Amino acid sequence: MDFIDTHLLSLILFIPAVAAFFMLFLPKDENKLFQWFALIASLLPFVLSLYAWFEFRSIQPGFQFEESYDWYAAIGSSLHLGVDGLSLSMVLLTTLLTPLAILASFSITEKVKAYMMLFLFLETGMLGVFMSLDLLVFFVFWEVGLVPMYFLINQWGSANRNYASMKFMIYTMGGSLGLLLAVQLLGVLFGTYDLVSLYQQWTSLDPDSALLGLSAQTVKTIAFWAFTIAFAVKVPLWPFHTWLPDAHTEAPTAGSMILAGVLLKLGAYGFLRLILPLYPVEAKYFAGALAFLAVAAIVFGAFASYAQSDFKRLVAYSSVNHMGFVVLGIAAAAFAVGTEDARIALNGAILQMFNHGLSAAGMFFLVGVIYERTHTRDLEKFGGLFPLVPVYGGILIFTSMASLGLPGLNGFISEFLVVRGSFGVGVNSVPVMAVYTAVAMLGLLFTGAYILKGIKKVLHGPMNENWAHGEHKLTEINTREIVVMIPLMALILWIGLYPAWILDVINKAVVMLF
Amino acid sequence: MYTSTMFASILPEISILVLAMLILVVEPFWKKEKRRNVGWLTAGGLVIAMIVSIAFGQPDEPTATLGGMIRFDWLGFFFKMLFMFAGAATALLFMDNEKIGHRGEAYLMLLASLLGMNLMAASADLIMLYLAIETTSIPLYILSGFLLGDDKSTEAGFKYLLFGALTSTFMLYGFSLVFGFAGTSNIYQLADLFKSGALPLVTIMGTLALILVGLGFKVSFVPFHFWAPDVYEGAPTAVSGFLSTASKAAGFAVLVRLFFVAFPDYGSSWTFALAIIAAVTMTVGNLLTLPQTNIKRLLAYSSVAHAGYTLIGVVALTQLGAASVIFYLAAYIVTNLLAFGIAIAFSRITGLDDIRDYAGLSRRSPMLGLMMLAAFLSLAGMPPFAGFVAKVVVFAAGVQAGYTWLVVVGIINSVIGAYYYLNVLKYVYLYRLPNEDEEAHPIPLTRPYAIALVVLAIGVILIGTVFAPWFNWSDAGAMNLF
Amino acid sequence: MNFPVLGIITFTPFVAALIILMIPAQRKNEARAVALASAVFALVLSAWVYFSYDQAAGGYQFLEQYNWLPALGITLFFGVDGMSTPLVLLTGVVMFTGVLISWGDDNPHVNAGIQDRPREFFAFLFLLAGGVFGVFVSLDLFMLFFFYEIAVFPMYLLIAIWGWVKTREYAAMKLTLYLFLGSVISLVGGLAMVWVQYNNTGTLSFNMLVMETAGFSQTFQNIWFLPVFLGFATLGGIWPFHNWSPDGHVAAPTAVSMFHAGVLMKLGAFAALRVGIMLLPQGAETWKWLIMGFAGVAVVYGAYIAFVQMDFKYMVGFSSVSHMGLVVLGFSTLNREGLLGAGLQMFSHGVMTALFFAVVGMIYDRAHTRQIPELGGMAKAMPFAAMGFIIGGLVSMGMPLFSGFVAEFPIFMGVWREQWLVAVVSSISIVITAAYIMRNIRQVFFADMPSSLEGHITDVTVLDKIAISTLCLFMVLIGIFPNFMVPMIETGVDNVLRLLGGS
Repeated sequence: MDFIDTHLLSLILFIPAVAAFFMLFLPKDENKLFQWFALIASLLPFVLSLYAWFEFRSIQPGFQFEESYDWYAAIGSSLHLGVDGLSLSMVLLTTLLTPLAILASFSITEKVKAYMMLFLFLETGMLGVFMSLDLLVFFVFWEVGLVPMYFLINQWGSANRNYASMKFMIYTMGGSLGLLLAVQLLGVLFGTYDLVSLYQQWTSLDPDSALLGLSAQTVKTIAFWAFTIAFAVKVPLWPFHTWLPDAHTEAPTAGSMILAGVLLKLGAYGFLRLILPLYPVEAKYFAGALAFLAVAAIVFGAFASYAQSDFKRLVAYSSVNHMGFVVLGIAAAAFAVGTEDARIALNGAILQMFNHGLSAAGMFFLVGVIYERTHTRDLEKFGGLFPLVPVYGGILIFTSMASLGLPGLNGFISEFLVVRGSFGVGVNSVPVMAVYTAVAMLGLLFTGAYILKGIKKVLHGPMNENWAHGEHKLTEINTREIVVMIPLMALILWIGLYPAWILDVINKAVVMLF
Repeated sequence: MYTSTMFASILPEISILVLAMLILVVEPFWKKEKRRNVGWLTAGGLVIAMIVSIAFGQPDEPTATLGGMIRFDWLGFFFKMLFMFAGAATALLFMDNEKIGHRGEAYLMLLASLLGMNLMAASADLIMLYLAIETTSIPLYILSGFLLGDDKSTEAGFKYLLFGALTSTFMLYGFSLVFGFAGTSNIYQLADLFKSGALPLVTIMGTLALILVGLGFKVSFVPFHFWAPDVYEGAPTAVSGFLSTASKAAGFAVLVRLFFVAFPDYGSSWTFALAIIAAVTMTVGNLLTLPQTNIKRLLAYSSVAHAGYTLIGVVALTQLGAASVIFYLAAYIVTNLLAFGIAIAFSRITGLDDIRDYAGLSRRSPMLGLMMLAAFLSLAGMPPFAGFVAKVVVFAAGVQAGYTWLVVVGIINSVIGAYYYLNVLKYVYLYRLPNEDEEAHPIPLTRPYAIALVVLAIGVILIGTVFAPWFNWSDAGAMNLF
Repeated sequence: MNFPVLGIITFTPFVAALIILMIPAQRKNEARAVALASAVFALVLSAWVYFSYDQAAGGYQFLEQYNWLPALGITLFFGVDGMSTPLVLLTGVVMFTGVLISWGDDNPHVNAGIQDRPREFFAFLFLLAGGVFGVFVSLDLFMLFFFYEIAVFPMYLLIAIWGWVKTREYAAMKLTLYLFLGSVISLVGGLAMVWVQYNNTGTLSFNMLVMETAGFSQTFQNIWFLPVFLGFATLGGIWPFHNWSPDGHVAAPTAVSMFHAGVLMKLGAFAALRVGIMLLPQGAETWKWLIMGFAGVAVVYGAYIAFVQMDFKYMVGFSSVSHMGLVVLGFSTLNREGLLGAGLQMFSHGVMTALFFAVVGMIYDRAHTRQIPELGGMAKAMPFAAMGFIIGGLVSMGMPLFSGFVAEFPIFMGVWREQWLVAVVSSISIVITAAYIMRNIRQVFFADMPSSLEGHITDVTVLDKIAISTLCLFMVLIGIFPNFMVPMIETGVDNVLRLLGGS
């Protein structure tokens, strides 16, 4: 137990990767073995992160479960791990979604071994981003996550996978190029990549001093945008979002779950963990622009989603819409750091990350369920399926409602907090935020519209007879699939009814951080 | 009057004479088909002569012997050993050429010219020098035209004779002018008399130019090189090999001794002229080599280029320069003899000597292919073969003396050289016979060839790797010049 | 006198070459066995050197000195520092894998390995390997040149004889002449250094440890740095003298490409560092901007040209230009991070590109084409090779947790210190590299296999797999645990910085 206590985070982080490495030596063609091995290997980190959740003392300031190992001492980087309330909730989300995604992928029959290995590597990559307190290690995991995702899309995706995976890779790598350069810049300036000390040194840099022949202010502004663009691509923020519908649509079901559930959160997490603490001044200065982009994402995301005839694309655009709220909250908080409104907005944003993780993963999974049976995602080809698959229909409606923001489910809580916070900022300090919030509310209206459209096209209306009889007869959702959905739905409901358990942890972290 | 030093100083020459007499006596008693064995006798005798000379004839402090005619020092001694080694190898290479190797006169001519070369390397007097040069040249004229009934050979012999006679006349005229100005023909006394300012520069330069004509012919630098390709091509290949190595080295031996000892005071003037000659020689030699398709002509023109590289060491006018010249010549003699030796062995079986006939050689005879590799890479100046170290020391001398531009010219030329040498290897290793049936066309080596080629190949590698002793001997020779 | 391990490493290939040449031509397998045995021997010894190098002490170790030509101050002087030790290991690794790759395949459909005159092939290859070892361990300038040239000329034969029929003659000649010219120009600079040192101190010596202290004047260094550095860097593929390299790579047989790109290009870079920068530090200071400019162009331009290649091997060849540009970029910073990264990049690129060429060779041997659009589906037919290539590709893209990132990151940091603009511009190459690597992986390994290839693509042999695994091992190992190599190179960097007078 002592070992687990002292190495908790590294255990969570590396168990999947080590397990994946061991899978190399498992015998060939034993698909069942691979599936169960991977599932257990991903459940272990979940158990450990639950343990961490309960051990976590939310009132204690700073990072907990800290560990530090020598990694690349020559350039001042170490494997420094640690979590606060913000990252711990993300860790929990990741470790929860991964086993579910693996369970969801039991229907994969091709190259199972490679698939499962990639998934486990992916988990390590994502967890590393959330846990690292070293800028370079952050970047390392940030980039590393791309590779398994690329191959998951490229190898197990649907028809247009080549285009989509390439676009995904180039967009995100191109986006993080600026991040890479900015990270290098910081490393060169301070000789360390340790976040805790960078928070200190970078922000206290005299804005008038000269850096690289430019004024520190200019350099900081450029670096701010380098960071911002990298994260904005990942979130994705309008107009950097165009990779997302393609990638989501072409990815295999479990890939989409993780992509929407966790990978997008990496971007938002980057805003919270790096941009707000490192660039408070710049963030405040440019918060208007951020808020504008966020609102644009909300509105355009909703419109675009409404216009889709492909079920998966519809869900994909909904992610743009929902993640817009996260960034809106962050922008509002940046405007008015330290105020009560800002805290509320941030609480909302972080909770929205968690919530979107649950509902988007659920939605993609449900799309996958029906796709596996019908081999089409065209909304026009569905219709009136509710009588055929009542259980599936119920689950779909439930999850959609969470996404729509029905009170009583989790989406409502977080979106309410974001809107409340940013409107508060608008009223109390920066009037323009009120306008943005109002426009975002309009976007929310369209959220309802497209979700209802999706439900209507799939479940209601005249029944497409094709699915009722014969070889194409639609079968009901099976037990395994229900098992995947149960934890998601339980959490959706629980947070919707009693958000305090998680908001408490988040709020304490927010209070301490900002 | 007669001291042991005196005998020691001409011990190699005495040995050669004894050997020649022995051949004269023995040869008529052998049956015609056995006369080939004179080659064994010549080669063996020369080796014994070398051993004897090394055992009893090593120089000590430089001394003048035979009334000042002969200088007994390491410079001469090392050159003599080189010549005799080249002579022995050439004798072996003669043996299986029916038109030369089966006639005793050829070996006698070879020994006679060797005698002359040895004296060239040791002469301390202009008159002695001239005699030595003629003693060297006349047998070589004969050897070049030795193939009776062969037009090319006859042409070669005649051409060589005409140009040789002409240029040596110029040289003789130069010698006589020197004698006229100085009143002595002793090289070692000239230095004092030719102090700068004693005579108008133009006069001195004119005189030196005349002498250079003769020596230029011997070492075949531009513009006195044009006899070389025709003679090399026409003459029996073994003779060409001898001409392009030992004879050229003898020319350099004279050049170094004469110019370093007698005219150092005018160094800045004649070195500059020689530097230009060197640059032109290298460049012209290499450019003319490029289009050659005949292996003998290729080696002939490239030997012009090598004369150019060697001149860099002369131009340097330093001890290292002299040492580098000697070292370069040692490396070059061994390497070029190997190259000619391969050409001889090849053409004895095939009767061909165009470069493209070498296609498939490495499959027909892997050993010959490898030796060809060693020889040509050494010529191109690649380690671990002799040519690399030789080039480096020559270049080092040039850089040390401040002739960096000349060294750069040398470098560019080495690259051109590498091109055509590698080109030959391409035929050897890459191309194949038209029918790809190389196994059916082996190239067997007779025993004398095998011995000569193996010894030379080992020499090429030995000089290229364990270069210290060779350089030390060269350096010891060079030291005697200052 | 300690155990003369460096001398033994250096001369092992030469001796092996001699032994191989003595084996009768028909007994091909014996020749191969001797080659493999001596490669393993050299690899074990070089690994031993790597692990027993005392990093705490730093500096030059395993010194051996034998008088070779006292009259000119030439000694056979061997020793390694933190910069050259990894390169010795690299040479051992590439030599070992190169022999494995060239072994040949019994499958008649596969034109793999060296079937024609393997005896000569291995002999020349080992001559090359011996020269390479010699350069890395020589601390005597003359011997450095000596071994350098030995490493260059076998390339001609190896490419011309066993190379790709269409371009081998042209490429081999071009390569040899380029490299020969470059090295001889450097040689002149080296000779100039020796004489100036002689005039300054009165001792004639080619010993580089002595020459480090010669105190060349600023003017002298300014004049000679550029020829010396560029002469060597030609072999490192520096723009604009990189022209020989892709042609050479493409024409060469697989093992030679591996050697060439994997080790030989490092030879140029290493010699440029050891002779150019370490002996003429102030000259380096003067010209660093020019070098940085060249390298920056090489990095971006190489990547771009690689991007537009349709020939698989040309693509890899130009990517080498780009990556070696990073090495030179690291050198040009003359600071700790840049040099550290350059040292790492030399090793990382060595194993990576060796792997690339190995896989490209395996594919070509089976598919008989290298046109990327004509290939496809290789991942199914030869999954192991596909995995190897993907790992190599990730290294090439500078993906974190692979050696490429560990190497490139400090290089960029070093450049940031000197000129941020170059860092920003060069970083474009990362995206271009990612684009072409990903595109080619997709096309060659995962696209549908063209019907013309269906059926005669067989999996790689066990020996090939061993070679691939060995190379991958190093790339991942260094990527995850940079400490495997970083402290070693740091001592090497200290050794260089000592001369640069900086920290």
